Amino acid sequence: MGTQEEPTVVDKEEEEQVVNPWEVSAKDGGKIDYDKLIEKFGCVRLDQSHLERVERLTSRPAHVFLRRGIFFSHRDFNEILDAYERGDKFYLYTGRGPSSEALHLGHLIPFVFNKYLQDAFKVPIVIQLTDDEKFLWKNLTIEESCRLARENAKDIIACGFDISKTFIFADFDYVGGAFYKNMVQVAKRVTYNQAVGIFGFTGEDHIGKVSFPPVQAVPSFPSSFPHLFPGKDHLRCLIPCAIDQDPYFRMTRDVAPRIGYQKPCMIYSSFFPALQGESGKMSASDPNSAIYVTDSAKDIKTKINKYAFSGGQDSVEKHRQLGANLEVDIPFKYLSFFLEDDLELEHIRKEYGAGRMLTGEVKQRLIEVLTELVERHQKARAAVTDEMVDAFMAIRPLPHMFD
Amino acid sequence: MGHSKQQLLALLQELQIEFSQYEHPVVLTVEAQAKYVGNEGGGLSKNLFLKDKKNRFYIVSSLADTKVDLKVLSQRLGLGKGGVRMAPEEALGEILQVPLGCVTPFALVNESARDVSLLLDQGFKTQEHCFFHPLSNDMSISLNANGLDKFLKSIGREPSYVDLEANPAVGKDQPPDLASLVPSSSIVLPDQPEKQTSSQAPIDGNHVSADNKSKVVPAVKPSSNEKNTKGKPANNIPPSRPFADVDKFVEEIMHKTSTLLHSQIKEETIKQHGEQLGTVLSDNLRKNLGSDLKNLAMIFKNTAYTEGFHAGTHHQPKRIGSS
Repeated sequence: MGTQEEPTVVDKEEEEQVVNPWEVSAKDGGKIDYDKLIEKFGCVRLDQSHLERVERLTSRPAHVFLRRGIFFSHRDFNEILDAYERGDKFYLYTGRGPSSEALHLGHLIPFVFNKYLQDAFKVPIVIQLTDDEKFLWKNLTIEESCRLARENAKDIIACGFDISKTFIFADFDYVGGAFYKNMVQVAKRVTYNQAVGIFGFTGEDHIGKVSFPPVQAVPSFPSSFPHLFPGKDHLRCLIPCAIDQDPYFRMTRDVAPRIGYQKPCMIYSSFFPALQGESGKMSASDPNSAIYVTDSAKDIKTKINKYAFSGGQDSVEKHRQLGANLEVDIPFKYLSFFLEDDLELEHIRKEYGAGRMLTGEVKQRLIEVLTELVERHQKARAAVTDEMVDAFMAIRPLPHMFD
Repeated sequence: MGHSKQQLLALLQELQIEFSQYEHPVVLTVEAQAKYVGNEGGGLSKNLFLKDKKNRFYIVSSLADTKVDLKVLSQRLGLGKGGVRMAPEEALGEILQVPLGCVTPFALVNESARDVSLLLDQGFKTQEHCFFHPLSNDMSISLNANGLDKFLKSIGREPSYVDLEANPAVGKDQPPDLASLVPSSSIVLPDQPEKQTSSQAPIDGNHVSADNKSKVVPAVKPSSNEKNTKGKPANNIPPSRPFADVDKFVEEIMHKTSTLLHSQIKEETIKQHGEQLGTVLSDNLRKNLGSDLKNLAMIFKNTAYTEGFHAGTHHQPKRIGSS
């Protein structure tokens, strides 16, 4: 049975760039082509009208990630906004696969954005820790996966989620009951061949992998959380996450109407580049490919100065003449993610692009910005106790979730 | 610097604690020690120096025959299974300031060991006297549990005796019974190597695949206004177990606000804005401090909620019919 909406077949031979939940690589080691990606996936770009609408509905400036086009694509975001305007709330759903203890800035991006959405729209959020997925895909014991999930939860909490509106859960703890019933509903509506088409499974993949996708699909349905949304079966769900997760939610949107549920809506972010540049891979095993939330001020300074790929010219004279290549310059790119002040960024864009500002100065500013960010995070992280994690993860009602 | 054997012995004498001392060649193990003082009656002690994943340290001092299961202990402390392991050699020197093979409760006399937790075998109380090293392996002193208690109290420690062989269930309804013995502060060693302690195979025997970067507790710079009431040196030691402290919260808000005001009220800005300075300042405050203060408030809210939640889940319902 074909899907109504978007193309789901992945044709590996014609593949130039690969984007799926387990692999992201650009064509010929270059940059990811987002236009091609959007076209292939069948989602849509966000535009200025969306931003204006968000600002109007939330009575505050749009988040820097929206303004800079970092969250740039969506499915049915308009429907969420329409419903909200009518007074129908929604809830947020995002997650993390806890494969490592070390979180870098790229990992924080969806959480920072989700926190903003929670505050701005005053809505609850469920956060899924897919410890089972990591056990199935990586060389980890179950015990280690569970431990990593809890450790990652602390960094997530440190992003500033409101405990009275947030439910964090780990699959190994939570799967069962109503959640599992929904999982099986989804599973029954996706054929093995479709799963192969969406996720690229082969005959060599174990059945744990094949049966995992429903786990990530069903948090989109409010009935998966009877303690949170009793009787609210038509509450809409918005899923802000990185665009490589789209396969899961294409599948979910395809299945939802057949179960009688609302389709979840998505809002997608682009990928956070490695320090060494767009073609570099951020890898948890290479500490110099990213800034980690546990880095000291000294580490940040060293990493940016030594490893951040510069789009500046080789010599000062050449630089003053030609200006920097902002397309590939990492310090500038990072600033576009984390420097809140639009005017200042614009100034840097002009001056650096024209060659009047040097790479060193841009790096210096970036170091300041990142150090402040990381220190704030570390301070918040230090305040997270195991009891707090237990409280965030407890199956409890959230009576003030929309207040 | 660390106390010497002589200084310790003098201290014990000053406190009028009864003890006997036995000199012998340097010994590194209980078996070797037994050769010299095994016939003197009383109990030999076995002393472990342990560390958990958050750089908190423990001395577990037990009778030589007491079986200490680190997995069980770890759970009883609330650290999960495999949460404690033997501390690295450097820690012995840095924190306890004793040589190898010389772990002893007496090491707590050193300032550097102030955050080390001490667990004592309740079996010590059944012995007439027990043997410990007095900060050096070439001597053993024997004293009874009361003497040890007197010493510990004199350095500001409450002795904690534990049934080290017990294995109570730990779960949702049975909180870890030794959780109160976990130190409130961790100790960051200088030049801590990035990988896990090389001398010890991890108890759970599994290695995180992708990530070898063992994370030491983050270097949190304590903000200058944080009143370290105990006068602890502010060298990257994270704050003690956080709780929703109203005074501290307000203090931090005041501090941030006044810092911002100070930086904004200068001759130039007064000249520039004149009467409007007040409006300009308050706008600035809102813009620059707004998100900072919200973050602080969120941490406060979450902490207070957690306290309430914890209390609620441990709430003992009133028994019907009792007053």
